Amino acid sequence: MLDVQNIAKTFNAGTVNEKCALDNLSLHLNAGEFCTVIGGNGAGKSTLLNAVAGVWPVDRGSIFIDGLDVTHLPEYKRAKYIGRVFQDPMTGTAASMQIEENLALAMRRGKKRTLRRGITKAEREVYYEKLKTLGLGLESRMTAKVGLLSGGQRQALTLLMASLQQPKLLLLDEHTAALDPATAAKVLELSDRIVQENQLTCLMITHNMSDAIRHGNRLIMMNNGRIILDISGEEKRHLTKSELLEKFAEVAGVQEETDSVLLS
Amino acid sequence: MDFLLTFLRATPGSIGQGLIWGIMAIGVYITYRVLDIADLTVDGSLCTGGALCVLLIVNGVNPWVALICAFLVGMLAGLITGLLHTACGIPAILSGILTQLALYSVNLRIMGWGTDAGTQATLPVSVDKFPLVVSSRFVRELGVKNPILMLLILTVIVIGVLYWFFGTEVGCSIRATGANQNMARAQGINTNVNKVVGLMVSNGLVALAGGLLAQYQGSATIDMGRGAIVIGLAAVIIGEVVFSKVFRNFALLLLSCTFGAIIYYFVIQFVLRLGLSTTDLKLLTAVVVAIFLAVPYLKGRYFSKSSKARASRHA
Repeated sequence: MLDVQNIAKTFNAGTVNEKCALDNLSLHLNAGEFCTVIGGNGAGKSTLLNAVAGVWPVDRGSIFIDGLDVTHLPEYKRAKYIGRVFQDPMTGTAASMQIEENLALAMRRGKKRTLRRGITKAEREVYYEKLKTLGLGLESRMTAKVGLLSGGQRQALTLLMASLQQPKLLLLDEHTAALDPATAAKVLELSDRIVQENQLTCLMITHNMSDAIRHGNRLIMMNNGRIILDISGEEKRHLTKSELLEKFAEVAGVQEETDSVLLS
Repeated sequence: MDFLLTFLRATPGSIGQGLIWGIMAIGVYITYRVLDIADLTVDGSLCTGGALCVLLIVNGVNPWVALICAFLVGMLAGLITGLLHTACGIPAILSGILTQLALYSVNLRIMGWGTDAGTQATLPVSVDKFPLVVSSRFVRELGVKNPILMLLILTVIVIGVLYWFFGTEVGCSIRATGANQNMARAQGINTNVNKVVGLMVSNGLVALAGGLLAQYQGSATIDMGRGAIVIGLAAVIIGEVVFSKVFRNFALLLLSCTFGAIIYYFVIQFVLRLGLSTTDLKLLTAVVVAIFLAVPYLKGRYFSKSSKARASRHA
């Protein structure tokens, strides 16, 4: 479903702040794969997701989504195939617009926007039912401004928005990092449900190793802009935190620098 | 008593001026509040609208057609600012300044079209010779010739059309672009195109107001747009401060710009009666707008400080 071939990205090239964020990275995701991504700060996790989403062009390499070459498509055109939830709950929604208006915007992702009504009566009923499934009581506040919602509510809403138009790929960029542990657990559970119900292909970055092990059916670890560990299938299912630490030490042993911060 | 009487006598004039500047302020609202861009093009495009409108009328074009042309030329100005900003990557505020500056020369050329010199700083149009849409001559008369009636109808039409437009799919995506660009792009919205469209609609309305203003006062002048952005902002902000508690609906928010402009002209009349000279008005307007813009910020600081102080007292 997703095919990333030898992509590279260097920030601030030619200056003292030069940072090679993606180093000839390749990744292939099959349809229905739910892949968690872990790695220390600066490992290139978010850069990978942003490259796939098209926030900026990559220096080298190509990106295919469902066989389609999207390497040179701008962000807003790629959005047709991609659902996204961001780390900052403020990023995924328009605070000054109503809950139903936000959903209506997401409903039209990848479609031509015309002079028809921005939101119809029939849609409202769909949104009502969808919001109900979140179990947050948002269905009774559909005309409330999103700015009034809590971070957890906003992330839940953004998840719903990302899945309204079935995306070929769902990108979750540490979407629970800004939430308190209880809320984070709920949002993760919701993510699991949405991915399973819609049979989505998903890339999820997390800082939490246990979450990375518990969720999804594949796990990759990144370091210095490369994938240094790729675990899936049976192996992933029986993976424990200590095993993961061991494996990391193993791989990191042949790395030039170890990232001990990651393991603390 | 005398003071009050002259003030009351000036009331129709204030309402007439306020209604015209209200349409202009609605244009400013679209960029400043909906798109979150401070667009300085309006200082130039207001005059462009007025100049073109008068030029067409004195050359025998129907005043209504001339107003539509003013709207279109305003959209063109907005398009240029929009392209400078999105296609050329120039900061929005600077793009507006560039277009505004360029329009100064263009406006002189428009008003001087057909003259020997080729440029001209004023272009009069007489209500005696041409069937103008609005004229301040009849502002105290009762009947259909009174410009206030016509301006009220125009304001209702403008607000109605904008209310419809910003409720469409395109309009919603423009609002989303102003509210959160990252979100808008993630939902497949071309934010650059939307900014250009927003700037075009905004400057179209400003130029339309310019066309009305020129007809109302009987001439287009090169400095009629000077400081227009500040007057527009004053109207937007006064409208928000006075009506934000009661007006929530988008149409009412636009209406509050009109009310803001009318209040602004009442205040201006009032201070003029107090003996202030017209030449001091720009200073006064700037001070008023600066205060209104600063208040929310200062309030935030004041409240956060006091809450901190309270917290430490309780600790």
